[in-house]
Amino acid sequence: MSAQAAPKQAFVRELLGRSDYAIIGEIVEPKSRVLDLGCGEGELLQWLMESKGVEARGVEISRERVQRAIARGVSVFQGDIDEGLADYPDGAFDYVILSQTLQETHHPRRVLREMLRVGRRAIVAFPNFGHWRVRLSMLLSGRAPRTHLFPYAWYESPNIHFLTVRDFEDLAAAEGFTVERRFCLSGRHSIAMLPNLLAEVGVFLVTAGK
Amino acid sequence: MMKDSLMIVEANTVRFDSIALDSGAALAPVDVAYETYGSLNAAKSNAILVLHAFSGDAHAAGISHETGKPGWWDNMIGPGKAFDTNRYFVICSNVLGGCRGTTGPSSVNPATGCPYAMSFPVITVGDMVRLQKMLVDWLGIERLLAVTGGSMGGMQALEWAVSLPERVVAAIPIACTTRHSAQQIAFNEVGRQAIMADPDWNGGDYYGKQPPARGLAVARMVGHITYMSDDSMREKFGRRLRGKEAFGFDFDTVDFEVESYLRYRGNQFVNRFDANSYLYITKAMDYFDLTNGHGSLAAALAEAQSRFLVISFTSDWLYPSYQSQEIVRALRTRNCDVGYVELDSNYGHDSFLVDVAEQTEIIRGFLANTFEKAA
Repeated sequence: MSAQAAPKQAFVRELLGRSDYAIIGEIVEPKSRVLDLGCGEGELLQWLMESKGVEARGVEISRERVQRAIARGVSVFQGDIDEGLADYPDGAFDYVILSQTLQETHHPRRVLREMLRVGRRAIVAFPNFGHWRVRLSMLLSGRAPRTHLFPYAWYESPNIHFLTVRDFEDLAAAEGFTVERRFCLSGRHSIAMLPNLLAEVGVFLVTAGK
Repeated sequence: MMKDSLMIVEANTVRFDSIALDSGAALAPVDVAYETYGSLNAAKSNAILVLHAFSGDAHAAGISHETGKPGWWDNMIGPGKAFDTNRYFVICSNVLGGCRGTTGPSSVNPATGCPYAMSFPVITVGDMVRLQKMLVDWLGIERLLAVTGGSMGGMQALEWAVSLPERVVAAIPIACTTRHSAQQIAFNEVGRQAIMADPDWNGGDYYGKQPPARGLAVARMVGHITYMSDDSMREKFGRRLRGKEAFGFDFDTVDFEVESYLRYRGNQFVNRFDANSYLYITKAMDYFDLTNGHGSLAAALAEAQSRFLVISFTSDWLYPSYQSQEIVRALRTRNCDVGYVELDSNYGHDSFLVDVAEQTEIIRGFLANTFEKAA
């Protein structure tokens, strides 16, 4: 954007208070078909419907959140994303979004494969377990790490599959997925150097391969 | 129509020359009783058809001019309610085969001058919808913004979406199924046998005589048990005794509250419902199978062009959530626009009638969004 000394940390805007949403909001093309897994109250989908005219669907396990999502006009069904994708035909969507939920699924590899079966592209955003604060927390306390991104005590955490930016890239390579775009974020900044150490959140745009 | 937030409503009836039925028979003429609430906009794009459950009638909302009683879904239909009559034009009619103004077995057969009784042709949910379509045509409405109902009303909503896809923008089937299970057929059969075992039923020929009140009351008692849940019955009655401190040690008096309640509801039902209508309508429900003629549920629902909002209730064991989820899954295989939620309620199958706060919130939002999109 600017000609001055290339900033190491480019500014990222926020959408609905979240920088990963801002990235997703930029990636998704107008008028596309979007499925959001673990869509919460449907805020992102509603924004995509209103701003990009997308055809939006959501899956969410919490009854209360589904109620609020439907009440705001988003077509969401109450269900479990570990198994909820099976009914969809191949290529039903242009984008399947999984935001901050991969680490909570029981079968993350199966979910990723299913995402790329029912969708042409997958957008995956997850908290980076390789962030230096996580590493330092574990190193210094000798206990399961707790940071602002991983705030839960080990016994009540919904996170069951921890992963780092590098872990995701390894899995994508092993599965033959193509990473079309990668964004590593720290707060509202984009991280260019040492992303696995400095990024709090990774956002990946992935396709099923060549 | 509105007075001090009281909506006083009047029943209307329209007569059509004839209707052809799925069985191959025809009825001529055929009357349909209906009520409407709110007003149709100039574009005729705000009409919602509400479809009643097994024992319902056309009086869905407001206060009846004739009886002074509120409609069966008055908590859902009216100004500011889920089906907001300030925004939408709501229609409800009594089903074919019914006994509340629409032609049914208790109606007089013009060929004989006597009530049809068991000479009334067997009818289907498809026939009910065909008659509703005639009414909607007669009202001059090309497309319905929504078709909705609970239980048998939900089955009709599904039938509308599949058999008249271009006439429906959105379908909201609630606490229903695409076809009855063995258990659902079984409960209906117990009701029918209770009626037919009553000597007063007399082969259906009881009009002008003593009706099969005991049989019909027993049928309704069974029905009421299936509409409630174990929890709601425990809460409402427990093992409390009715007007006594100790067991009566006899069969002449009522011991338990729940017995008293069922007897009361059974006897009350006899005053407003025709036993033969009970037979015909439960038969129509048992025959209903959305997959008929399509091969599979997914193929049947592939006919639909509407969006869907499917609702079920946690404590409904008569129309359990898995039946609603089958609808949702079949719609997903075609990537149809469908929302689904299983609402948390203790009231069993009755939930869609009584536990309306959450239902209101989601239906209001869904309708507003549908109306906006359709415009």
